[in-house]
Amino acid sequence: MDERPAVIAARILHGGVARGNVLTLTEPLSFWGAFDPRSGEIIDIHHPQKGTCISGTILLMRETRGSGTAPGGMAEALRLGTAPAGVILIEPDINLAIGAMVAETLYGRSCPVLSVGEDDYAKLAQEAALEITAGGLITPLPRAVPRA
Amino acid sequence: MTAIGIALDDRDRASLDGAHGPAMQFAMRLVLAAAEILGARSLVSVTFAHIDACFYSGEAHVDFAQYLLAHGARLAIPAWTNNGVVSLADPDIRPEASDPQTVMGARKLMQLYERLGCKPVWTCAPYQLPGGPSYGDHIVAGESNAVSFYNSVIGARTNKYGDYLDVACALIGKAPYAGLHLDEERRGDILIRTDAIPDDWKNDNIFYHLLGHYAGQFSGRRIPVISGLPPQKTMDSLKALSAAAATSGGVAMWHAQGITPEAKTLDHAFQGGAPGAILELTSALLAKARQDLTSAADGPLDMVALGTPHFSLTEFERLMPFIDGRRLKPGLAFYISTSRHVRHEAATRGWLGDLEKFGATVIADTCTYYSPAVRRCRGHIMTNSAKWAYYAPGMLGVEVSFGSLAECVESAVRGEVWRDPRLWTNGLP
Repeated sequence: MDERPAVIAARILHGGVARGNVLTLTEPLSFWGAFDPRSGEIIDIHHPQKGTCISGTILLMRETRGSGTAPGGMAEALRLGTAPAGVILIEPDINLAIGAMVAETLYGRSCPVLSVGEDDYAKLAQEAALEITAGGLITPLPRAVPRA
Repeated sequence: MTAIGIALDDRDRASLDGAHGPAMQFAMRLVLAAAEILGARSLVSVTFAHIDACFYSGEAHVDFAQYLLAHGARLAIPAWTNNGVVSLADPDIRPEASDPQTVMGARKLMQLYERLGCKPVWTCAPYQLPGGPSYGDHIVAGESNAVSFYNSVIGARTNKYGDYLDVACALIGKAPYAGLHLDEERRGDILIRTDAIPDDWKNDNIFYHLLGHYAGQFSGRRIPVISGLPPQKTMDSLKALSAAAATSGGVAMWHAQGITPEAKTLDHAFQGGAPGAILELTSALLAKARQDLTSAADGPLDMVALGTPHFSLTEFERLMPFIDGRRLKPGLAFYISTSRHVRHEAATRGWLGDLEKFGATVIADTCTYYSPAVRRCRGHIMTNSAKWAYYAPGMLGVEVSFGSLAECVESAVRGEVWRDPRLWTNGLP
């Protein structure tokens, strides 16, 4: 068996570097209305992970829930420092990528947004922590990282 | 061509290279990022935009608009504004003290988009105003009911553009040539038959809210084709259907056989293909939709909310006989949300005076279901709007009863929910 962690090459929706602990969402999340940028918490009463804080995590979700105001939720979270460190999706999403691009220009803070295939997503969801490097490469980290 | 293989003309290339200033360069980068994610090979010229980024969701929105204004942004096409979180026309309906940051931020944001050159119509139903886009026009919209109405009823072409990208497209005058801009992406996916519903029912506006709610729930993001609807005398029912389906399911386009322009026949709507699924709407499904949209037990009311999406002139015309010579129960609030334009038209017909005598408040530029709540919006509220009924309980923590326009007015007069036996016992369980 090869013991080295496998590096996964993702599709880059918005590029950047990040490292953090993995948080896998069991249901899609809208970044507006279902998430509070002031606290970084999921606030949608219908979401099974209501109350969970997504700040600083490598957030895994299969897809987003559509809201035209979602780019504002992402940009506002980056402004306030409550955004995830990075987002990994299966279904590519324009809103999170645009929100991250806008925050990068306005505030110099960013959040890589990537998409991967089903198999890679399942593998990444098993990891405790991940590092995203330039070029959309995702590397598992051997153990959870302390919160910044 | 860009590095990602998207064809650009000289003006686009100059914008991308920064020749038109940092704001236009930024806008071009946003449009190209979206085009790449969508897999577009080119951009399509757009002729009209309905801007949603003027709806305040935090200071990032204000910072974005200020950045654009400070760095040489210029609109390439007519851009109309969606409604705001607050009303510039009626500042006292959401007092600053209720939530100073949001109220002041929302007001500032609306003023910034006026400075950018947007036409300040402040309405979620821009298709009710003269001078908008026509059949076949490529446009940019983000407000979900407007996207649904423009694509389906007008036959203009837009994807559901999120905030910032809507503004970027309006600055550049182009959008990614993908999704609902393309013929083949507008093909119907599933068929919903309404033949089992009595014709009496189909003549009441409430039917279209319930049909839309059901169609959205079942279709998700697919394109439903609806058959068996009678010819439409006004656009109001099609507005209700557009809004309800966009709310419960994210439907950005639908067809109605013999009614909408890309569905002259079923074959036309399905572009020669076959439906992926066929559904039969029943009275029981309509009754279930009404239950879905009602969180409260029938009983005493605190408020009635009409006008989501914004009330049209023909809706005012339909409302007037119901309120004639009547007075709503003292202590109740009765709000009708509309645009400045339609409110002015209603005023010139003398209707606002009659509505005031009845006890109604007609507000412009905004809607009652947003937080912070408008004055006296609390408790048990009745609405004839599927969209309002869907969002308000979560946004405002209120209890909601859904009913027809006649039920809303009669309930307001009585002070408690009244159910129309003609609707709910005649053919419905």
